[in-house]
Amino acid sequence: MRILYFISALLFAPVASFAADPAPFVLRENCPPSFEKSEAGLCELRTRYDFYDSVQNAGLGGTQTALPAHREGFTAQQIDLGRYLFFDPLLSGDGTISCASCHRPDRGFSDSLPRSIGIGGHEISRAAPTLWNTAFLNKFFWDARATTLEEQAADPLFAPHEMGNTPEKLLNSLNSNSQYPSLFSQAFGQRGDGAEVGAEGDGEGDKITLDEVYLALAAFQASLISLNSRYDRYAHGYHAALSDQEVEGLNIFRSFVARCSECHTPPLFTNQQVAVIGAPEPPGLPMDIGAEKTFDAPKLKAGFKVPTLRNIAQTAPYMHSGLFDNLHDVAVFYNGGRGHAVPKGVDLHLHWHITSPDLTDYELDRLVDFLGTLTDESLMPQVPQAVPSGLAPIENKTTSRVAKSSTTSGDAS
Amino acid sequence: MKAGKISGLVLVLVLVLVLVAFVVGLMIGIGGQEQGAPAAVVSAAGGATYGGGFSAEDNAFSLSGNSKSVAGPPMTDIVIVVNDGESIQQAVQSAEPGTTIHVMPGTYKETVYIDKDGIRLIGVIVGSERPVLDGEGELNDAILFSGNNIVVENFTITRYKGNGIMSQAGNNWEIRNNYIVDTGIYGIFPQLGQNGVVEYNVVSGIADAAIYIGMSDNVHVAYNDVYDSVAGIEIENSRHAVVEANRVYNNSGGILAFITPGLPIKTTFDVIIRNNFVLSNNHVNFGAPGSTVAGIPSGTGILVMAADDVVIEGNIIKDNKNAGILITDHANASNVTTDPESDPNSDGIKILNNTMINNGYETITEIKALMLTELKTGNPDIVNVGLSKDSCIVSRQQYVTVGIGKFGDCDFMNTLNIGNYLLETVPPRVISPEDQGKIAYLGICAGCHTYTGRMIGPPVQIIQALYMDNPQGLAEYIANPIKKRDDYPEMPPQNYLDEATRLAVAEYMLDVKN
Repeated sequence: MRILYFISALLFAPVASFAADPAPFVLRENCPPSFEKSEAGLCELRTRYDFYDSVQNAGLGGTQTALPAHREGFTAQQIDLGRYLFFDPLLSGDGTISCASCHRPDRGFSDSLPRSIGIGGHEISRAAPTLWNTAFLNKFFWDARATTLEEQAADPLFAPHEMGNTPEKLLNSLNSNSQYPSLFSQAFGQRGDGAEVGAEGDGEGDKITLDEVYLALAAFQASLISLNSRYDRYAHGYHAALSDQEVEGLNIFRSFVARCSECHTPPLFTNQQVAVIGAPEPPGLPMDIGAEKTFDAPKLKAGFKVPTLRNIAQTAPYMHSGLFDNLHDVAVFYNGGRGHAVPKGVDLHLHWHITSPDLTDYELDRLVDFLGTLTDESLMPQVPQAVPSGLAPIENKTTSRVAKSSTTSGDAS
Repeated sequence: MKAGKISGLVLVLVLVLVLVAFVVGLMIGIGGQEQGAPAAVVSAAGGATYGGGFSAEDNAFSLSGNSKSVAGPPMTDIVIVVNDGESIQQAVQSAEPGTTIHVMPGTYKETVYIDKDGIRLIGVIVGSERPVLDGEGELNDAILFSGNNIVVENFTITRYKGNGIMSQAGNNWEIRNNYIVDTGIYGIFPQLGQNGVVEYNVVSGIADAAIYIGMSDNVHVAYNDVYDSVAGIEIENSRHAVVEANRVYNNSGGILAFITPGLPIKTTFDVIIRNNFVLSNNHVNFGAPGSTVAGIPSGTGILVMAADDVVIEGNIIKDNKNAGILITDHANASNVTTDPESDPNSDGIKILNNTMINNGYETITEIKALMLTELKTGNPDIVNVGLSKDSCIVSRQQYVTVGIGKFGDCDFMNTLNIGNYLLETVPPRVISPEDQGKIAYLGICAGCHTYTGRMIGPPVQIIQALYMDNPQGLAEYIANPIKKRDDYPEMPPQNYLDEATRLAVAEYMLDVKN
């Protein structure tokens, strides 16, 4: 990989570098797909949902409903810097894992694990959520404890059992790296004397800051857009996009018997609220009180943020601690009766839409069919062939079709 | 102690008593006496008029006759007739937007879903025979729509497990003259939409709300007959709603204005409940465990929970055994969840003249206890628990009340200026082909094609060179692509874009400069 990268860098570097190795990284000037560059040079999202409106601009409704407010307005360079950071294991305490270790592009930006594995093989208590369409979210983590992508980013970076870094070590790694100071200058403007950016003895104003790291990571994550699924084609008016059985599933999904869409509301398939559904923990694990802690509210005990269902077929296993390894089992859980899996002696304030819908096996199968129509990874970002630290960018490189099919991309050119 | 019989000197004395920790109940009583002047006895006729919480002069429009049309005239002249033995859904599926579908009398055992605009689903009543949608206890919902400008009229709907008529995000809807009986959770449930009318429906035997307006704006609910359900009419997390001239009887709770916490739209305000008959809503509460309405005390005529700026005017509220009007907050409703993002209090409640007879004769223990703290006797017409800031009442002396000590006197007597809160029908949005083309290019094509570089498909520059003066050719190709290049994957068909959009996106692609 390293050799390939070096050759491609030699072939495509616009200006010959004076440094022997590695060649300098240059951030992209073009916005990612689905974004239009404004006159001010900021990337602004454009989707077919822009043609619609929504009650109270909440971005909730039915087929032809506008999306909720979202994060945008980052530069192409900030987004691209975030992409390098996202895939660079330099961000972890021991250089072994990157954001992409638990949010793998080839696994729906999750990791196929019931509960994620952090630094040193530590299993953490919850499953990694998908990052598709995070631009639209206003609550982060299963327990809704963060309200911005930036706030979210700080948490796993410095959690001892996740990426296990410290702010001091992270900044030191970035500032002393041969590439990052220049990349941050490309993304956030020139600093100090330029050439010596980040070197010992420079003024503090020349250093990479944590806020810049968070912003770049937010910029990249906010570019992960999945709104071109077969469901979307149906929603925009092409009804042949779904089979008869999938439409049956849609109608069960939004029926007031199953009530799925009351919380997993289109177009994002989440209403971004906290819900107590009474899903049990896997055997042997203690009950997770979830949002009770966040809001200091006993009524929210075992409450978790309603996750989006976009690309849900790509992100098994399911629920906050990965209890169910397929969607059919999830549907069976919801069909099992209100509170049937709540441990004895535990008093939960279950959500009012958790009922006993009594769906038939046929209907459960149709629900799963429908969920499969929410898959769209057409705007998959490119996994960098190399990252500025020189470490392997992602643990398992059997990644996206983009990475596989692009041998002469502009990456790291 | 009656309000107004107290002098300033006594007030001072009482305040001293408060300072030495007098009973809480009396504190509430003092609130009532802060009004000072004797309660004016005023006529129900005449007086100042309420301005409302919506820019009524600009937005409300008056219509001749009683029926309100917000869906506008039919978009086309096309009419499809569905006869007994045929499928309504098949007609919907074959219909172009703007089609009127006439459904003849007969029995139709199906779920009808409408994901397109301008469909007018009209039952044809012959003699007294209506088209009947029968779910046989097996089907989920009867009619479900997400399109704009939808009309549903003249159906009988029975034995569905879910809802009778529900919408998700449609605007400009009219649900009229339907008979919905013994059907599931909600009889009529428009949700997440704007500008709708629910009128002349007869709804009964519903396990939650017979008519439930959820998370919607600009709604008119009028002339409905609603009975034998857990809740009659519920306005929930919605704004700018008028509920008038309905007959609401023998439900557990009659008319509700709620903020339900935990929903993604957090407010209810500007609701006018006027000129309704709210009678004998004493049905045993058969709400599902966990449902919000399961917490409604049977015998409650009008129930306000956490909603703001609710006007209650000119209703005949009679024989509701718990209370005529109950105003509460989230803190006093133990069965609702907690939501830091929604205001738990009912503020700005305005109780104008209402005719109240024989309410509260079998009120719940909590209300009896509340009355004891105020040394009130009699059967409660109006009960307020919670702060209910900036609230007011007209002619308070005519009711047996508890908890309304802090209510001021309203400075208006009626809502005559507000005919309704409906909007002029917004004409269907016209999206220019240029915009369609641009958005489709950016949102779809750019996933595989960049201007110069190789991605999944060939660069746009190469496509431009091939199709320079031939957007039609490109539009035809993308509808039905064939594999052209060994070193690129085959392009998937883009036939889900309609023909005009395909041409527009081809033109846009051939014109982009970077």
